[in-house]
Amino acid sequence: MAPPSRFGDKAFHWLTLVMAMVVVVLVILTGWQLWRGSSLAVEKFGFHFLATSTWDPVAEQFGALPFIYGTLVSSLIALLIAVPLSIATAVYLTELAPFWIRQPLVSLIEMLAAIPSVILGLWGIFVMVPWLRDYPFPFLKRYFGWIPLFTGPIYGPCMFAGGIIIAIMILPIITSISREILRSVPDLQREAAYGLGATRWEVTRIAVLSYARKGLFGAVILGLGRALGETMAVTMVIGNTPQIAASLFKPGYTLASVIANEFTEATTDIYLGALFEIGLVLFGITILVNLIAQFLLKTMTTTTSATRAVQ
Amino acid sequence: MMINGAGATFPYPIYSKWFDAYTKVDPSVRFNYQSIGSGGGQKQVLAQTVDFGASDGPMSDDNLAKAPGKLLHIPTVAGADVVAYNVPGNPKLKFDADTIAGIFLGQIKKWNDPKITALNPGAKLPDQEIVVVHRSDGSGTTYIWTDYLSKISLEWKTKVGTNTSVNWPAGIGGKGNEGVAGQIKQTPGAIGYVELIYAIQNKMPYADVKNSAGEFVTPTLESITAALATAEIPDDFRFSMTNAPGKDAYPICGATWLLVYEQQKDPAKGKKLVEFLKWAVKDGEKMAKDLNYAPLPETVQQRVLKRIDEIKT
Repeated sequence: MAPPSRFGDKAFHWLTLVMAMVVVVLVILTGWQLWRGSSLAVEKFGFHFLATSTWDPVAEQFGALPFIYGTLVSSLIALLIAVPLSIATAVYLTELAPFWIRQPLVSLIEMLAAIPSVILGLWGIFVMVPWLRDYPFPFLKRYFGWIPLFTGPIYGPCMFAGGIIIAIMILPIITSISREILRSVPDLQREAAYGLGATRWEVTRIAVLSYARKGLFGAVILGLGRALGETMAVTMVIGNTPQIAASLFKPGYTLASVIANEFTEATTDIYLGALFEIGLVLFGITILVNLIAQFLLKTMTTTTSATRAVQ
Repeated sequence: MMINGAGATFPYPIYSKWFDAYTKVDPSVRFNYQSIGSGGGQKQVLAQTVDFGASDGPMSDDNLAKAPGKLLHIPTVAGADVVAYNVPGNPKLKFDADTIAGIFLGQIKKWNDPKITALNPGAKLPDQEIVVVHRSDGSGTTYIWTDYLSKISLEWKTKVGTNTSVNWPAGIGGKGNEGVAGQIKQTPGAIGYVELIYAIQNKMPYADVKNSAGEFVTPTLESITAALATAEIPDDFRFSMTNAPGKDAYPICGATWLLVYEQQKDPAKGKKLVEFLKWAVKDGEKMAKDLNYAPLPETVQQRVLKRIDEIKT
């Protein structure tokens, strides 16, 4: 009897390999294209591009520092708001909520993810920003004005508003992934903790959260990846002013926003080159953040199947 | 036959109206116009990937030098930037060159600044901070605005200059006309510039502006056409019509152009394009007012027609 043909296995192996390689090639091509497009600006400005703050298309002086700052700060604000909210939501949904309410809540959160960015941005201009300007911001200024973060005049569109809108946008992804991770924590963990006489809070903290922390960290990093690249909604509420200011009430600018704003009308080569280099910087930051995340993940000890799934 | 074009977004509504109406004049021609922005329009026409380009600003000498053949600028219609604001009660306000420059340079900071109140004795202006709102995206609207400021303020010209986007000395940036309009509407004490069409459609209050003849002029299609009639227009049609002389001329306006090669590569297509351009200038101009664009004055139309005749196919 002839051995069974292994052709199917082999074909499947090669097919999936090719598919996987497509992703790798895409990343490399993107990087290469950005590098090529920005060569003129890289030659002209060198390292100064990353270290200076002037963005003047008329004089053709370009520095990316305020954009890098704006991207990092707005993403950080977004994470500070979205991470506790998302993880608390995920914990509620997996550990505490009555069963009948879980599915409707999950659907609602997924709906939030489906709102187009530009719609969220318009909502930001017409609803969120005026509200923030009239209520929460004056409150923060009044009681926390001694912190430099909450000083200065309040216009409405600002770094803080940008961070909040990003938080809303990354909330669904962090919540859904966190929920999947918490669900994959074996019930044995929980039962063991209950068996030791732990309260519900202790069970959640020790048996669930600590067990799943690597996976949750992965969820946060995926959220951060989104945050760094968020464009349209942020552009509409951040005020689009390239400056580095201590106060979160001052307008800011992000790397992705300046590309979206200026690319279509950029007519000179060096201007286009500078915008390409902004793209390259964003690309670099995203890769860097992911590498740091990978490193941090490795230094954590507990491993779960869920974290492996996320990695 | 398909004629491809790309470029400016500002004239897109009237161009699509023209392309549509022209199918009745010549059913054999179809137009495909991508409103990708003036920068894109210039790039595409230089790369000859389209049959014509469109731009809200005239091309620079540097960019023209990159063209493989002689590129003609064909002005089509004009529009205006209006000074829109949000102050309590929204009274009708008047501004002159000095106050506008002062506000946008960040030197006039309060609504009750003597420079503003002197121009508006009737209006009650509060002791409120002025919030400057400008476009954050590169746009022809900003080009017109900064072109005007550069002409009337030496300080603006040396510090900031003219471009589709600039290094703003003051204010916050909103994306698109809708972003600027939204921020003006939502922010008490805000002032900014939007296209006239946009201000009319959104019922925003906008100011009269003192022109170079010393008259306060309300931005209307007539006062834009008046500016076109008195603006100095050189033979290559690369003109700026801001701060035009004449007592009826509104000072902050600009034209938009089609970019066409003098020597057409494809004779058949070239002929059809020339026919269309002539039709646009003769008949298309009549549709401008309905869509809130200012048409070219008669004298300019004649000059443009002559230039179209020079296109070789």
